[in-house]
Amino acid sequence: MSRRARLALFGIAACGLAALLLWSITGLPKFGDYHGAYGKILDKAAPRERQTSNVVAAVVFDYRGFDTMGEELILFAAVMGVAMLLREPREEEAPVPEDPVRSDALRACGVSFAGATLVLGLWIVAHGYVTPGGGFQGGVILAAAFLLVWLAGSYRSYRRLTPVPIVELGEGTGAGGYVVIGLCALLIGDAFLQNLLPYGVAGKLSSGGSIPLLNWASGLEVTAAFVLLFNEFLSERAVLIDPTRRPS
Amino acid sequence: MSYLPFVLAAWIFLVGIFGIVRSRHFIHLVVSLSLTQSSTYVLLLSIGYVKHGGAPIFKDVPLGTKAVDPVVQALTLTDIVVSVTVAALLLAVAIEAKKHAKTMNPDELRPVRG
Repeated sequence: MSRRARLALFGIAACGLAALLLWSITGLPKFGDYHGAYGKILDKAAPRERQTSNVVAAVVFDYRGFDTMGEELILFAAVMGVAMLLREPREEEAPVPEDPVRSDALRACGVSFAGATLVLGLWIVAHGYVTPGGGFQGGVILAAAFLLVWLAGSYRSYRRLTPVPIVELGEGTGAGGYVVIGLCALLIGDAFLQNLLPYGVAGKLSSGGSIPLLNWASGLEVTAAFVLLFNEFLSERAVLIDPTRRPS
Repeated sequence: MSYLPFVLAAWIFLVGIFGIVRSRHFIHLVVSLSLTQSSTYVLLLSIGYVKHGGAPIFKDVPLGTKAVDPVVQALTLTDIVVSVTVAALLLAVAIEAKKHAKTMNPDELRPVRG
């Protein structure tokens, strides 16, 4: 199909879709006038039932914990897909290129930011079920701390900081740990992913029962997944900038 | 005004699809797909909004305070992380396409033959 015909066909279809969407939007409750019962019940019940002051975390890791397991496994599968696609053609590792950042100011700022970002990420994960945050958000911040080492330091120090076997171990432990916590509940005769631990008092770090464990498992999984992604794409770049090897 | 966020979500969705249809570059295509997906975040969050409601976090806030729907927020949060990794998977496919077909233009790719 020619480009022009495709755009024309899209134009007609998009007009129809836009009309249908607008028609359906007028049937929705007005913005801010929310009728869903589920969310309202959870806002009242979750802090009391699960002793978790962050209701979003209670939904992610408890009420919809099984769904989150599916999301984690999608994440795992996508990262494995990237590793399989990009690793196979690179038979041997390219020699690590020398590309240190030469500006002292940039290096000093970057390295101090990397430390601060690491602490921020850990804090966001650790308090995920008490205040805004959680394993998913904190995990991305933690991975960004490692990326800062590459941006402000050198590719060589980034690679030394994130050895592939350890990152892969973290990725597997995060994804597998979530499932194992669910299976532990089965072992003692409860439903899959049912809470195992005492709930504690809302607002404390020791609150929420199994939620902190699942939170840390997903934090580890997300951090390792993103570091692995950065590793794969940066190795690809290392092959491209190495003058002795031309991409086939 | 009271339907504006929903209209915005529909508009982002259509613009994203338009970007995919007229794309001449794989990276542009992946970004357009991510944009299309982000329309779902706008839709979910605006459906769950309660007028004058706070965040569904009851640390130092008395229980029973008016708050927005936590369920759609939880859906959005996992969706964002997963969409980023799926975008990474598609970019890896784009790198492979560049290596094998020597093009980044989706129109120039020949159909795969077994």
